Amino acid sequence: MTATDTELSALLGTRWRRPPLIRRAWLRWTLGIGFLVYLVLAVASVEVNWARVYEGLDRGWAFVLAFTSPDFTSRSGAIWDGMVESIVITVASSVVGILISIPIALGAARNIAPLPVYMVCRGIIAVSRALQEIIVAILLVAIFGFGPLAGFLTLSFATIGFLSKLLAEDIEAMSRSQAEAVRATGSRWSQWINYGVQPQVMPRLIGLSIYRIDINFRESAILGLVGAGGIGATLNTAFDRYEYDTAAAILILIIGIVMALEYISGIVRAKVQ
Amino acid sequence: MPVLETDTGPVWRRRTRNQTLVRWFGWLLGVAVFLYCWQQISDATTWFFVWDAPEIAGDILGRATPPRWSYINNLWWPIWDTLNIATLGTIAALVMAVPVAFLAARNTTPSAYIVRPIALLIIVSTRSINSLIWALLLIAIIGPGVFAGIVAIAIRSIGFCAKLLYEAIEEINQTQVEAITATGASRWQVMAWGIVPQIAPAFAGIAVFRWDINIRESTVLGLVGAGGIGLQLQGSLNTLAWPQVSLILLVILAAVVVSEWVSAKVRGAII
Repeated sequence: MTATDTELSALLGTRWRRPPLIRRAWLRWTLGIGFLVYLVLAVASVEVNWARVYEGLDRGWAFVLAFTSPDFTSRSGAIWDGMVESIVITVASSVVGILISIPIALGAARNIAPLPVYMVCRGIIAVSRALQEIIVAILLVAIFGFGPLAGFLTLSFATIGFLSKLLAEDIEAMSRSQAEAVRATGSRWSQWINYGVQPQVMPRLIGLSIYRIDINFRESAILGLVGAGGIGATLNTAFDRYEYDTAAAILILIIGIVMALEYISGIVRAKVQ
Repeated sequence: MPVLETDTGPVWRRRTRNQTLVRWFGWLLGVAVFLYCWQQISDATTWFFVWDAPEIAGDILGRATPPRWSYINNLWWPIWDTLNIATLGTIAALVMAVPVAFLAARNTTPSAYIVRPIALLIIVSTRSINSLIWALLLIAIIGPGVFAGIVAIAIRSIGFCAKLLYEAIEEINQTQVEAITATGASRWQVMAWGIVPQIAPAFAGIAVFRWDINIRESTVLGLVGAGGIGLQLQGSLNTLAWPQVSLILLVILAAVVVSEWVSAKVRGAII
């Protein structure tokens, strides 16, 4: 008899049980118990002022109601200025970020770049990805002063980390034979990139760029909280003054623009791929 | 094939003249829009401060180094709070995301015309608003503190988790579901034995992935008053205590690196 046969005959007559997600029993129990202990400690350490929460429920309900009657008109000037500034920051930072991230992506692809260039470019990507937008924005506001320039620089910097990493991965996964065929014609390095590499990664680059524009818009909506320009400042003021109808109007606008961007990016990505 | 007639014979061209013109105008328009945006940013900027920036940056760097290491003793509790915000928020989000995902997936939704659009609307609206904005809103409603942070993270994560989960549900192998149905199983039994085992790995992967993102987000929630290490960051920034700021930034960086490492390990073990 083979091993599977004995295993099967040993199981005969016993009740079938669903196989567990983690096969090793000791690991399963350690993780399970550890997680439970953590959960109890965590829940116990969170202080909730239930009286305050109960009082706030009225205000929460008022906010939900505000969504049914959003007020676009009484602060229309501030909303319009903030929205335009958010869109301006989004467009400018996406363009600059994408332009800078392409050479960095080429440098961060191991099959194109020599090792020293690869290390430098991967370092830039790691730094950009580890620092969150809002923290970068705080530092840049401290350095460059209040205004959209800090927001623009923040989002450009964040775009570099995101786009370069994903584009570099795509370049590393490209087909070698096409690139080699172009190189065999005796092309220069720039021609090799332009005709051997660029056509292979272009669909992905376009898809990622549009996705990043979408993210940049969402992020530009919060940069205003730390003074880096955009609609966030208006939204913050609306909350501070308990003007829920204005806040609801701004949130509806943000959701609407994000939905529109997602819809467009879906169409474009379906078209290029 | 577009060609250009010359004295020496036809020369190959990639595009016809009209295509070239359209592309040229497209680029012109793009550049014009970008320049207009740049103009707007430039007008709103005090350039005097920008020329000053390298000195200011050097000055801040000088003040921020070395970090005040002794301040770490004030940070243990905020770090614990931050971890709790991320973990409890993720758990709460998953609990709410599972039903939404089942209602949004084409193959499990009870009604494609009424329930599915509502589920999709929940996914889009929770996803498109940043957790900082949710935190602002919740602080106005239920007061500042860790609890507001947990709820903000939970609401923000519903859309993300539900979207990935419903895509996983739509991609399941239908033959297994059919096999369970053929045994005479009820709707809920099909769910438990035919669908859930197939999406369990995806579910675990999504949970860990979102937990990693939530650790990042919860470190800054304190900036608006929603608890965690961000509160200390805000306090140190307001009092211009740059050595404390640099220490907090180092702690946040370490937290991000550790959570990314944990999430990569767990996902590697599952997949």
